[in-house]
Amino acid sequence: MTTATPTRPDRGTRPARPHWRVRLRRDRSLILMTLPAVVLLLVFNYVPLFGLVTAFQEYDPLAGIWYSTWAGLDQFQRLFGDANFWNAVQNTLYLSFVQLVLFFPVPIALALLLNSVLSQRVRNFIQSVVYLPHFFSWVLAITIFQQMLGGAGALNHFLRNNDIGTWDVMTNPDTFALLVSAQVVWKEAGWGIIVFLAALAAVNTDLYEAAAADGAGRWRRLWHITLPGLRGVIVLMLVLRLGNALTVGFEQFLIQRNAVGYDTADVLDTFSFYYGIATGDYSYGAAAGLFKSVISLLLIWGANKLAHAFGEDGLYRR
Amino acid sequence: MLTIERMREVAEAPAPRPVRRRKRNTRPAWEEPPTVAGEAVKGLTLGGVLLVMLVPLWIIVVTSLSTQGAVTRAGGLVIWPDGLTFEAYRVMLEDTTVRTALLVSLGITAAGTVVSMVVSVMCAYGLSRSRSFAHRFLLTLLIVTMFVNGGLIPTFLVVTGLGGYGQWWSLILPSAISVFNILILRSFYSSTSADLIEAARIDGAGDWRILWSIVLPTSRAVTAVMALFYGVGYWNSFFNVMLYMPTDSEKWPLQYVLYTYVNRGNGMPGSVNSGFGTAFSQTAPLSLQMAVVVLTLVPLLIVYPFVQKHFRTGVLTGAIKG
Repeated sequence: MTTATPTRPDRGTRPARPHWRVRLRRDRSLILMTLPAVVLLLVFNYVPLFGLVTAFQEYDPLAGIWYSTWAGLDQFQRLFGDANFWNAVQNTLYLSFVQLVLFFPVPIALALLLNSVLSQRVRNFIQSVVYLPHFFSWVLAITIFQQMLGGAGALNHFLRNNDIGTWDVMTNPDTFALLVSAQVVWKEAGWGIIVFLAALAAVNTDLYEAAAADGAGRWRRLWHITLPGLRGVIVLMLVLRLGNALTVGFEQFLIQRNAVGYDTADVLDTFSFYYGIATGDYSYGAAAGLFKSVISLLLIWGANKLAHAFGEDGLYRR
Repeated sequence: MLTIERMREVAEAPAPRPVRRRKRNTRPAWEEPPTVAGEAVKGLTLGGVLLVMLVPLWIIVVTSLSTQGAVTRAGGLVIWPDGLTFEAYRVMLEDTTVRTALLVSLGITAAGTVVSMVVSVMCAYGLSRSRSFAHRFLLTLLIVTMFVNGGLIPTFLVVTGLGGYGQWWSLILPSAISVFNILILRSFYSSTSADLIEAARIDGAGDWRILWSIVLPTSRAVTAVMALFYGVGYWNSFFNVMLYMPTDSEKWPLQYVLYTYVNRGNGMPGSVNSGFGTAFSQTAPLSLQMAVVVLTLVPLLIVYPFVQKHFRTGVLTGAIKG
């Protein structure tokens, strides 16, 4: 995680760098190559950044950004007085927390389990199966869940045939947090193990041998060698997760919002979509989006501080 | 900001050496013999994981291949094959909605992947030569977008402002490049042998030639993985369709058709003329729906095995570089 060395080996051995005009001439094809990407980023990432001023306007699509009337902080005032907004904030934080508890440990456990399998072929097979759902779209994943667990799905069909009654998980607001966590685990936990498998492969096997010679059993080796070896990655993943606490998945909620109702399924991202684009109240949605971005940046910063407090690097160094 | 410093530093680090694979299939001498209970728990857990992944896919495939009679007998999804037929697929492919959607999806995926890969590969190489003109500035320009972005609504306003509503390019260009993917490619390109490049330069090769004849051929694995990532992104594009062409049903890709007619259970449009209308007598609607699900899976399953073995190289760099 932290082995990045900023200096290249050849630095310093070369003569002083030439005049910028010379370098520009020398590197013109390199610059030309980056141009398409830079243009795309400018148009679709940097220009929208300036588009955030709509959050301080009463945006009118006919007038455009330049001629819309300024609203100052009115949109934010409206936002903070809106029960639906706080509902979305609450849902986001709640779902984020539930997913942290239910999802986060799964890839680690799965990686440890898989790492203990000796046969390379079995490992490869399991890996190719569990990675697969990561590449499914959310529409597909949710359709599969619906067919398996929905009111007309395989599970309820089985329950009905055996007279146990029905249990429609897909439309039940009370179990929604569990449902979406199950979906995330099914779709992403397999993919999540890659990082941990890599960290496990990097643990020095001599340590295990030495520990075994000293009489440490497999659980002690797990606790004293394996887990410390994973510590850096785990902290990094945790930092990323905390930094993204306000992003709990978007399409997943968009698709299921109608089934369980907005009071359960609305998160900050869907809030800005429904109250911004779907109703044409662009400035209002932009204000919600800006609120989320600012808090997210603070969270990333805070999560890094936390990582530093644990003596780890996090996203960037102290 | 510190973040940028660190990201740049991370991005500039050479790619890590590929992780050495564990060759031995045998237990090392110092490890205690496995307990029966331990092995059983392990086997059951991993078996359970595999079942949870594979059984839904199995049920869906079998149902899509089942006859009307089998679906009626099962009262819904068919778990065990009982009268197989390709009727649902025939009916589905005769239906103009699905056929158009399939073509649209394939088209967007092909065009999008080409655009994304060309732009990303060029950009990654352009930034990979150390001490080139303005590369630090350009790198910063890229990395900043990983942390700050305008968000949903400003992006939507820019795209529609450029006349993207209902246009094909609105499904491709706004999300054509992933800075993360570019950084991964770049770290691979930076680690291409400097001697090789120097030799080519002495032979008179320019940067375009070096990229095409030396750097690309020596980094096939990561190129394949990135193409898969981009391709899957386009194949799965759903929300952009909802944003930019929610009403032009003849421009919908497969995922949106899946959403509208399977997930939300709406009736197929124009069901008087389309295959779906006349088909109900011979084919169970459920088989038809499952056939659409399978159709969205097939291209993925065709490409996946070829690229899957390279995941370690492609993703690890990304993962380790955070």
